[in-house]
Order: sequence, then structure tokens, then C-alpha cells
Amino acid sequence: MPATKDKSNSPIGRATKRIDGPLKVTGSAIYTSDHNFPGMLYAVPVGATIANGTIAKLDTKEAEKMPGVKAVFHRANIGQLFRVAPNSDFSAFSDEDRPPFDDDIIRYYGQYVAVAVAETFEQATAAAEAVKVTYNEKKPNVETLLSADSKVHVESERGDAQKAFDDAGLKLDVTYTTPAETHNVIELHSSVAVFDDPNFTLYETTQGVVNHRNVLAQVLGVEPENVKVISKFLGSGFGGKITPWPQSAIAAAVSRKLRKPIKLVISRKMTFHAAGHRPRTQQRVRISADEKGKLTSLQHDYLNHTAILDDFKENCGECTKYLYSCANLRVTSALAKRNIGTPTSMRGPGAVPGLFATESALDELAIKLKMDPLQLRIINEPEKDEGINIPFASRHLIECYKAGADKFGWAKRDPRVGSMKRDGLTLGWGMAGASWIAERWPAEVAVELRNDGTAKVSTGTQDIGTGTYTVLAQVLADKVGLSMDKVEVVLGDSSLPPGPLSGGSMVTASLIPAVSKAAEKVIGTLLAAAVKTPGEKYFGVEQKDMTYTEGKVHKKDEPASAGISFQKVLNAGNFKFLTGKGSSSTTFTAKPKVSMHSYGAHFVEVTWQEEIARLRVNRVVTVIDAGKIINPKAGRNQIEGAVVMGIGMALFEHTHYEPSKGAPLNSNFADYIVAVNADVPALDVHFLEFENTELNEYGARGIGEIGLAGFAAATANAVYHATGVRVRNLPIKIEDLLATT
Amino acid sequence: MKLFAFTKTADVSDAVKGASSSDTAQQGAKIRFVAGGTTLLDLMKLSVETPDTLIDINRLPLDKIETTRDGGLKIGAMVRNADLANHPYVKSHFPVLSEALLSGASAQLRNMATTGGNLLQRTRCVYFRDTAFACNKREPGSGCPAIEGENRTLAVLGTSDSCIATNPSDMNVALTALEATIIIKGPLGEREVAIDDFYLLPGSTPHIENVLKPGDLITHVVVKGLPSDSKSVYLKLRDRASYEFALASAAVIVQVEGGKITRARIALGGVGTKPWRALEAEKTLSGAAANEANFRKAAEDALRNAKPQSQNKFKIELSKRCLTHALKMATS
Repeated sequence: MPATKDKSNSPIGRATKRIDGPLKVTGSAIYTSDHNFPGMLYAVPVGATIANGTIAKLDTKEAEKMPGVKAVFHRANIGQLFRVAPNSDFSAFSDEDRPPFDDDIIRYYGQYVAVAVAETFEQATAAAEAVKVTYNEKKPNVETLLSADSKVHVESERGDAQKAFDDAGLKLDVTYTTPAETHNVIELHSSVAVFDDPNFTLYETTQGVVNHRNVLAQVLGVEPENVKVISKFLGSGFGGKITPWPQSAIAAAVSRKLRKPIKLVISRKMTFHAAGHRPRTQQRVRISADEKGKLTSLQHDYLNHTAILDDFKENCGECTKYLYSCANLRVTSALAKRNIGTPTSMRGPGAVPGLFATESALDELAIKLKMDPLQLRIINEPEKDEGINIPFASRHLIECYKAGADKFGWAKRDPRVGSMKRDGLTLGWGMAGASWIAERWPAEVAVELRNDGTAKVSTGTQDIGTGTYTVLAQVLADKVGLSMDKVEVVLGDSSLPPGPLSGGSMVTASLIPAVSKAAEKVIGTLLAAAVKTPGEKYFGVEQKDMTYTEGKVHKKDEPASAGISFQKVLNAGNFKFLTGKGSSSTTFTAKPKVSMHSYGAHFVEVTWQEEIARLRVNRVVTVIDAGKIINPKAGRNQIEGAVVMGIGMALFEHTHYEPSKGAPLNSNFADYIVAVNADVPALDVHFLEFENTELNEYGARGIGEIGLAGFAAATANAVYHATGVRVRNLPIKIEDLLATT
Repeated sequence: MKLFAFTKTADVSDAVKGASSSDTAQQGAKIRFVAGGTTLLDLMKLSVETPDTLIDINRLPLDKIETTRDGGLKIGAMVRNADLANHPYVKSHFPVLSEALLSGASAQLRNMATTGGNLLQRTRCVYFRDTAFACNKREPGSGCPAIEGENRTLAVLGTSDSCIATNPSDMNVALTALEATIIIKGPLGEREVAIDDFYLLPGSTPHIENVLKPGDLITHVVVKGLPSDSKSVYLKLRDRASYEFALASAAVIVQVEGGKITRARIALGGVGTKPWRALEAEKTLSGAAANEANFRKAAEDALRNAKPQSQNKFKIELSKRCLTHALKMATS
């Protein structure tokens, strides 16, 4: 039974300030590394200074004697740590499978070989530096040119792409690369572990409290019931905190050994070693078209580097199979092993580097065809998902293109390279499409109505800074018909009903049906309470004749104003609170019936000042259709943030692995260049809200990742338009643009 | 970071005396002065610098900006970068200095960083800053992996087989063009050193970066007044728009009369192992017509002896464009 509601009062779709905003701006939001406990000790890991080889000798004697030092742990004395079992449903998975200190083999630079524990952070840091490690060093392989070390996997195939390509007159065979990128979230990976035999309470920075709990239980060799993971606020994740990294198990194991609370916060430098990154990709695109621009073949063969032990696939072909209509298509993937830490998901994994390649290739093809790149995309718009031959549930990419073109003024574009000028600067205009999955994770929530007139929703998911607290408050307020100040949201605790991973832009879509069902349940219980409490207004009324409207219980045949508040019902019946639970299922199935994705388009203006080789992103219009936007304020923030990251991806970001030692050398914020405020122009973001209720009743899909998809291609396309230089290897650097002049 | 003793002083002679027993005033000094700490504390956290003793000189009475009789400046070593950059007289009479300071670091860093400290700013070479690697500047004789390795941002002028590290400062480039004098108080008294003599080329001793000896304390920087018809500009080029060290920068001070350059003073940043005075370019421009062809010719002359490494060849062209454009800006 949905709560009846006056649409105009609904908080759904209303631009809403973060309910956790005051906590954050006053510094009262407690982040992981803010947790302190009596007797707490500090742990600082020792990272390997080679990327390939073995430990010959580990000498901790000097370190152990230093002031304040309690212990130095390593493979021989940390106790057994276990491997995580293979997992296919994301309920207990870790991108880095090897437990810390598992053997004496070094496979990447910075791999933890020991951990120093002391009374203060400074003492532990000094002790970690004093641990002497000698290695049998071998030359590391951090080669950027990739070739397949694994079997080439056919991701998608239809028709005969190679034959069509061979037969085609108009074609393109080019290779694009994207570099390793490091998430560089502001909040460093932190673990505060409290062991109270037999229970662990782990304060973590995680995008999945439940997954983290399940993984750590396995690594520590204890039951999940004995592990509780807390993560109330995140200073962002961007995918880098989806699965646990070794520092978490180290902190917990040390806490178990010393029976003391342990705080372990890794350094900025260490986040470049053992905390994941987006792997380098190398993507060959072969594409052909007839003279009218209709694609006749598309081949997308991609490789990404991965760690020696872990097979992480950056799924660059994610969008290739369904984005364009093309009868002959083949998409393949393969991996190249490197002496580099384990890669992981980074905002829009697969689609983001993949769309850089395919959306750049479409631009190159349009130039060959002497056709407007927007027109080329329109010509090749598919009627169904040709990848798996099913209908689209809600595809409005053309509407995104058209709305974006209109707002940007695309019709005024002169396609000749370097032809558009303003204020002594050369303008470049480029565009690209965007897409991202629209799915649900399994989710469970509990909704309470409480005798103080408030309601609470709780679930074991987490707000990674995207606004989940606020969105859930809006959904709950809508479902129980209360104002926002009467609802409470409790997240970030693995002992709550298991909630979704904050990954894949799926939390909002996953939770809505679960909250809806839980609210329905608790309202049913409320109505039962109302008719079963002797002496009260509705005592003895048939429950089926009762209903609930905006906080009031009443008979269906009377107006809500004649009813009584749920608070009164609870107090009359002497109930502290009533609880309803609800769940929703995942949409990942082997045979989907409809193709669910979100779509968007970026239009980018760059300015190019050749005399000083200065390139800037000057203007951006982004149009996204991700269905109903529950909170346009938080939603806009997500897209704007993604575009800022896109400027970094297009022009700056690149983790350099030094060839002699395999170290990521630019491991700090001065040398790893991200966009700063001065690089970001005013951003024009629009949502087209084509509501489709496939995922949930509001028609809401995710918006965390799609804003980054396609942006780098739109920028590279604009750079070509301004300079005539086609940059196929990100980031676009000054030297690329100077080379031809 | 290892443990160290921390003392404070409000007296210049005390400070000099306190540091005079140090083994060196260069890389690896056992006694260090600390002012804003924006370089030193960073390097101590990386264990690149490991002093036993820090002498906090923040309370020394050296925080004044005075104008001299000839219209110049006498800048106390403790004057913060932000205060110097935003000083009305500096803004109006020495725009090249104000612009250089404001193009560097971030507002927070400029609030802390001092004039004396900025003169001693250390290179951003990634190998220098990482003790897991060899570095002739940090550990003499250990080698220079930058020459075969990551050198995109490193120097093309003044390099040696031992070191190609860039001097990263912006302020020092402007001060070099301004022919600043550095006043040093040492155990043997006070002395003045021209800025171009203050910095040493790396040669075979890249760990010795300047003329300072144990106990030497920079007390002031003196800049002479500029003729009223001179124009000055600082132009900085880098990957992103703000908060990044220069890939190439240029400080130019020019006087033009009847379309001809009567005098030009030029220093280049981001490309040299020290703030790079471009005397060849100055000579080319002296008496030449103020036009783009001559600016470019001067830039060619300035970079004539540039030596590129595997990744930084582009900086030579970038530096030429930077200087050409800076001259255009200063003469337009």
C-alpha cells in the first residue's frame, strides 16, 4: 500500500541540502581516522622499495629498540592470515586476493613487508623507516606498451567484422591509450581496529561495509558475526574503497596480537602502491562506414595491465556493443601482467576509458566522412540493444545530443580546424556521448515509526559523499508522509540489514523498492496496532477499512484530518517503535529482458593559445538522462564533480611508474596533477528526466559515474578541432600540441 | 622523520651563533634554520633532510619591507611571500616580483613561505625527494637516475652529468632579472652577494647549491629602483592553470624608446638548474627594434645552449615561446 501523497509536497525531485551538511561544515562528522580509544597504538607499514624479487633479510632489531615502539610485525610473527574465497556475486570480494605478508615474494613496489607499531604516529613512522630490508632484486616489468599475457576473450561478436572491415573503402585503424590513474581521494585509506576477544570492531573507509565485513572475516579466519565494520562518512571513494586493501587486515591482525586498539592511516604515497588504481588501457579500434556514414564494422580490442597475482579487467568494451547500430562487431579483451599493485574500479570503470577510444574514433571517422560528428551518431542510433538483441527500456541519447547541441550552440560550429577565434584565442568545439549501466544490487532496509513522531530508516550501505543520507531521507519522508526534519537515516554499520555496495551508481535505485516495501510493512503493523488497542478511536475497526496518509491513521471513508497521528497510536498502545523490513533484488541476471542504461552527451569548448601553447577547457555543456533525479542539488554536484575529474583525465592525470624500480614516482599532489579550481570553467549541467519504472517506482537511476563517461573524448575532439592534432594517448600534454609546430 | 632538537631565537646574532657549529649549510646540514617551513618540513618528513637541530627564526626582527632612497626595496628575510606580493609599492613599482610571487604555490603556502626561505627552495626532482633512489644532490656520488628516467620537468640549462634538477622558484627568477643583492650575516660579519653569484651550477657538486656557509643567515634582499619608463612582466607556463611549478617562465624588465629597446633584463625559470639570467638575449635586444621577430631571436639566443633530456625537449620550445610572449606583453 503506497502512502497516498500530495505530489506538490513530495520531497522527491526537490533540490535538498545535505542533511549531514551541518555536521560536515562544523567538523563534527566523525571520519574513520578521527576515532580514538584509550590505549590505542599507531601502526605504520613498511613498503618494499623494489617491484620484483624476494626479501633476503628483514632486520627489525634497531626499529624495535626505538622510543615508544611496541612491536614490529611481519610474515613470521603476524599470525596466519587467510585468502579470500572466489566470489561471483560481490558479497565477499577483494580485488587484491593475497593476504598481507603471505610470502617473501615482492610483486609490486610498495608491497607491505612489515608494520611498525608504537605509541605515537611519529614514533611508528620513524621505526618503520628504521626497518632494514635487503632484497634479491629482479628487473621489474612496468612496460607501458601492452601485449596479451592472457587468452584473448571475445566479449561480444555479431556478423563478420573483419570481412566487412577488409571490404570497406572508408575505414580507420587506430590505437588509443589511457594511463594508470590513481583515485587520490582526499580521505586517505584508514583503519582503526578494536579487538575485544573474540570480536573485531573495524572502523574503515569503505564503499561497502557488508562486503568489507565478509572479506575481513575470511582473512582473519573468524566468523562474520565476530566482525563489525563501521564507516559513517567518507572523504570520497571513487571506486578506490570498494574492496578492502591490505592495511585493513594488518590493523586488525595487529590489534588481535597486541590486544590494543590500532590506528593505521596510510600515507598519500602509499595510496599509489597498495590501494588500487585505474589500470593503463591500450585499445585498438577498427571502424568502417559506407559513404553515408552508416557503420559497416566495428572492432574494439583492448588490453589493460593488471597485477601479477590478480586478474582485474578494465572492461573498455562495456558500451561498445550497444551504443551504435552496426551489423558487424567484435569486441575482445586481454590482460597484460605487470609488477604493479592490483588495479581496481575507478569512477566509471571500463566505460570511461572505453568511451575515450570509441567516441574519439567516431570523431575521426566523421572527419574522414566530412560529416558533422553529431550527425554521424544520429545516423548510427540503434533501435534495440544489438549486443544482446533485446529492446531498450529507456534510451534517450538522441534527446541528450539535441538538447546539448541546442544549449551549446553547436549549429554555429565551423568544422575547419583552427577556424573559430575569439579574443585572440583559437576555439575548439568537440562532443561525445556518454552511457552507464542502470542496475540494482540486492538490498535490505528496516523502517521504524517511533513514539516521538519520527521515523527512521537503516541499512548497511554507506554515504560515500554522494548524498545517500539525504536521498534516503527524502525517500523515507515521501513514503511515510513526514517532513524531512522528522526522519532519521542510519547507515555505515555492517550489523544493519545488509545494504548495497556503493559501486556502479546503483545505491539509490536499489534502495527505493526496499524502503517502499519496508514502509508498507510498518504501516500495516501500525494499522493493526490502531485497531487492536482497546479504548482507542479505531478499536475493533476492520484493518482493511483503515489507511494511512501523511502521518495519520484513518478510515478509508473519512478524510485524513479526521484521523489520529501514528505517534498517538504508538503511545496509546505503549509501543516504543514499530519496525518493518523490506528488500529488493538485484537486476543482474544471465538473460535480461530489457537493456537498461543511462545516457548523456558532453559538449566541450577548449581555447588554444598557440603562441604560449596554452590549452584550457573553457566551456562545458553536459546533458544527462538518468531518469528521475531524486535530489537535483546532489545530482548536479555529482555530474559537475565528474566533469572536473574529466578535465583531469583529459589533460593531466597520469601515474608514472619509474622503469628502473617500478615505483609510481609522482605519488603526491604536487606531481600527480589533477584539475584545480582555476582549470574548471562554469559548468552547464542539464538533466532530462525520462522516467522509466523498470528499476523502481520513481524511475530513478544512478548518476555517480556517467558524468565522467565520454568527457575525455569530447575534450580530445575539441582539441583536434582547435589544433589539428589528434591525441590518442591520454593525457593531452603540452608536448603533444607543440610537436607539430 | 627522525627526532630533532627545536630552539627559538629572536636575535640575529644568536641565530648565527647557534648555526655556526653546523657541518655544512648545504644538503644534509645538521643544524637548520626554519622559517615558514614549507620546504624544509616537507623534506624532513621524506627523510631527505635529517637535521639534529632546528632553530626557529620566525621571531627575528626581519619582517619589514622598506623602500630605499633610489626607489628600490630592502626586503627582510622573514617577509612572507603573500605580504611581499601584495605590498602596494611592490605591486606598482615591481610588478614582475609581485606577479612571480602570486604565480607560485597556493595562498596558504604564500602566507607561510618567507623571502629568505624561498631563495633556498629546493628542487622538485622526484629522485631527490625519494630516498629509495640514488641522487647526487642528496647523496654525493650515488648517481643520477633522472638523466635516464623521469625528467619531463627537469632542467635544460646549466645541467651537468651529475645533476639536471630544476630550481623551482618563481620569486628568484624575478629577483634575478631585478639583479637583487642578498645580504648575509655570518660568523665573520655581514656580506653582500649578487643573486647570480649566490646560486652555484651543479657541476660535479650538485649538493652545494649556493654560497652559504655554516652560520650564514640571509637577513635581507635588496633590489635597486627601476627607471620610471621600464615595464616588467612575469609569465609562467605550466600544465594546469594554478598551483604547479613552472615548465617554463620568464621575468622581463624592458625599457623602450622610439620603438627600440634601450635595455632589457631577462631571467628564465623552470628550465635552469638555477634561476637563469639570459644575458645573450639581453644583448640581442639591446638597441633592437621592439618587434616579435627580435623577441623570438632573443629567445633563440637564450636557449641556444639548452641540452634536452629524453622527456623534456619540448621545454626548449616552450621556454622560447614564453620569453617571446613575455617580451610582447612588456612592450605592448
